[in-house]
Amino acid sequence: MTRTRFLTVAGAAGLAFVVAVALLAGRPAAQGQGADLLSVARSRGLSPDEARAALETYVPPGKYDEALMFASGGQGGQVLVFGIPSMRLIRVIGVFAPEPWQGYGFSNETKSVLQGTAPETVGPVTPLTWGDTHHPALSQTGGDYDGQWLFINDKANSRMAVISLKDFETKQIVENPNSAIDHGATVSPNTDYVFESTQYAVPFPKTKYVPLDQTDYNASYRGVATFWKFDRARGRIDPARSFQVELPPYWQDLASFGKGPSDGWVFVNSFNTERAIGGTLEHKPPIEIGASANDMDYLHVINWKKAEALVRAGKATVVNGMKVISLREAVAEGVLYFIPEPKSPHGVDVAPRGDYIVVGGKLDPNATVYSWSKVQQLIAARRFVGRDPYGVPILPFKEALAAQVKLGLGPLHTNFDDKGNAYTSLFIESAVAKWTLGPPYHPESEAWKVVDKIPVQYNIGHLATYQGDTVRPLGKYLVALNKWSVDQYRGIGPLRPQNLQLIDISGPKMRMLYAAPVGIAEPHFAEIIPLSKIKAWDVYPVGTNELTLKPDPNAVQPGKERIVRKGRLVEVWMTAMRSHYTPDHIVVSRGDRVVIHITNIERALDATHGFGLNAYNINLSLEPGKTETVSFVADKPGIYPFYCTEFCSALHLEMAGYLEVKP
Amino acid sequence: MGAVASPRLRRPAEVLRGLAGWVKGERGAGLFAAAVGLLVLSVLLPYWTLHLSAPQYPQGLDVKVYLTHVGGDVAEVDELNHYIGMAPLAEAAPVERRLSLVGVGIAALLLLLVRYTGRRVAWVLVIPVVLLPAIFAVDLFTWLVRYGHSLSPAAPIHLDPFTPPLLGSGIVGQFQVRAAFGPGWYLAVLAAALAVAGSAVRARGCRACQWASRCWAVCVEQRAGWHPGRS
Repeated sequence: MTRTRFLTVAGAAGLAFVVAVALLAGRPAAQGQGADLLSVARSRGLSPDEARAALETYVPPGKYDEALMFASGGQGGQVLVFGIPSMRLIRVIGVFAPEPWQGYGFSNETKSVLQGTAPETVGPVTPLTWGDTHHPALSQTGGDYDGQWLFINDKANSRMAVISLKDFETKQIVENPNSAIDHGATVSPNTDYVFESTQYAVPFPKTKYVPLDQTDYNASYRGVATFWKFDRARGRIDPARSFQVELPPYWQDLASFGKGPSDGWVFVNSFNTERAIGGTLEHKPPIEIGASANDMDYLHVINWKKAEALVRAGKATVVNGMKVISLREAVAEGVLYFIPEPKSPHGVDVAPRGDYIVVGGKLDPNATVYSWSKVQQLIAARRFVGRDPYGVPILPFKEALAAQVKLGLGPLHTNFDDKGNAYTSLFIESAVAKWTLGPPYHPESEAWKVVDKIPVQYNIGHLATYQGDTVRPLGKYLVALNKWSVDQYRGIGPLRPQNLQLIDISGPKMRMLYAAPVGIAEPHFAEIIPLSKIKAWDVYPVGTNELTLKPDPNAVQPGKERIVRKGRLVEVWMTAMRSHYTPDHIVVSRGDRVVIHITNIERALDATHGFGLNAYNINLSLEPGKTETVSFVADKPGIYPFYCTEFCSALHLEMAGYLEVKP
Repeated sequence: MGAVASPRLRRPAEVLRGLAGWVKGERGAGLFAAAVGLLVLSVLLPYWTLHLSAPQYPQGLDVKVYLTHVGGDVAEVDELNHYIGMAPLAEAAPVERRLSLVGVGIAALLLLLVRYTGRRVAWVLVIPVVLLPAIFAVDLFTWLVRYGHSLSPAAPIHLDPFTPPLLGSGIVGQFQVRAAFGPGWYLAVLAAALAVAGSAVRARGCRACQWASRCWAVCVEQRAGWHPGRS
């Protein structure tokens, strides 16, 4: 037999074997229970596309989603963490509101964060019990998510929170002393600063009373651009090294940091440059009418590196404890420029290479795209077409443009993919438009064109593509954050959930994959990061303080538990393990101050215990290894059981004890 | 420059012989040295391992018993054991654990002394290392019996007294348990085997020794070596 002939025969025999195996394996499978996918799809009334989408999003038990989406929780004051592509809600993180499941806002540690009494808090902080989370911002290194920290703003009270992605717990909340309502949280490419801007102007400084009439409003009301300095080594915002830039009382909105060639600048939208203040009962136009009178508002272009240098050079004045570059100084030093933008815009988004700035027109059908190189040249040549009433130089609109792309009705927010495409939510049209960026992303002949559109249900606000606001977008997925669900869910009463929809953007046509209702609050904005970038702890090292993530001085080892009485102070060092507390009797007298330090000495994954105390409004969540402290005044005499609120073991119900308060 | 001489290729058999010679050393010295090395290394490794698996522990739990301590998921196993009233694992065999290093040290020292002893005494020095794995196993077994038969009557879950498996599988509660000797124990067995092999090699050498008739407790040839003047 020749070599060739042998190979032919062997090959044919091999092929026959493969076919035989396939037939044998295929036949029983096709007849097997539930294995005929087509008949399953048919019986559930699924179209082929729907069945395919189900297969593309289904994550079986025990397998992991490939990415996590951090979405704001709106009025719930929380952060919601979803798995992508399953869209399952995997975690809730309490931030600006007490969250009993996590014991957030009940232990001394979390109370100090929530109430702003922890160190490093600026300004008067009242014990607020709600917040309005809007814009989560993942920390970045070199313009790419690094998976270490998450920031989120509270629009309602101008607060910014820091969440560690080691344990998904809120570590710090700072309140903006010179702003009432803020919008937007966004980080600089290396997370040197977390930025937020004022939304609704108030007197500056905020502590001063200035009556609300037009003259006073124009003269004394202001916005501020706030640059919170993030100290990565300590994992905290450092208010002492943070600064603000005073802005005219236009209503500033979303912002994006420049990157690459535009690094060192931040771009901020505004609306109501008309400075309308309403007065409907006095027959003045409501704000929505007054604020929409002009065709153009101003895109704020802020040189933050220069502002930072001015602060270092001592050019800032301290207002309510914050260093502020005055509007006059900002204009004189070339920190602040305006470019007209179609009125009432919302999103301002910088393309992955930092070369284009995309503004969503909202009331204008166009995405307005500015060229950073043109803007730079205009600034260098001091080509101003005028100044606003506060002296801020205005650059010529047309000369700063790269393009205006007609997308549809209500373009709002834009993210990007890995192939040089932009995706913009169309609020009024309830759709997402996919369009091409110009050179170098696409040749001039293919640039600035809408290539696809997909309807969404309904009234889409923001959208998020996979890493879509970084220097390295990954494409693949897009999530539409729809404000209204209208008819998508039934039998749930008048308050309808928000509707988050997952869309496949990997091919030329966008494909709807899945929808997840969110029935606990309104997510506004989200960011999607690969799961592989998150290096979260599974358990705490035993005796860890959740704020410092270091050993807690009050951690106690088994066998060293004790109760120490000093006058009216009763201090308890307690351990929790399956399925008992040591000690389980605490005897105090009425009016005693009780301090309980509890260490969960467990090391097993998920062996979390709770500590719920009857009648004293206390519930702690003690994840394995955590030490927490709670203190209260025992002002109600009687017998109060405490128990484990997290089902921990077969003897979970037996995990209980008594607080005895003697009259 | 002159021509470079090509290196002589050794035949495999020759290489093996060389290796064997190196391992045996002078009258098995290499084998004894290796046995000592393995013995010392074994102290760093678990002698016995217990693997417990249950649905809520996808990775399973491992208890590793070393000569000197218990390692692995001891805290978790202790925590589970308290439900059936079993004493904490770290409280077992306090005396044995304290003496183990001294014992291994003595066994190793004795192996090192073999070359200085006469052929009739030498085999006695090998006994401790040969017995070590067996002593460990027997002692461990007595502790397993003791732990399984002294469950606290106050425990939440009452179990009939039982003996956890020394080797092999069993079921305790929801746990599938798998017990096996660990790498440390196998090294100790290997050390014992090498020591026995060393003894055999040495015995052969001693029989051929010119001092064979005169040696008893002390190796005369070694003593001769100590006095280089003597032939």
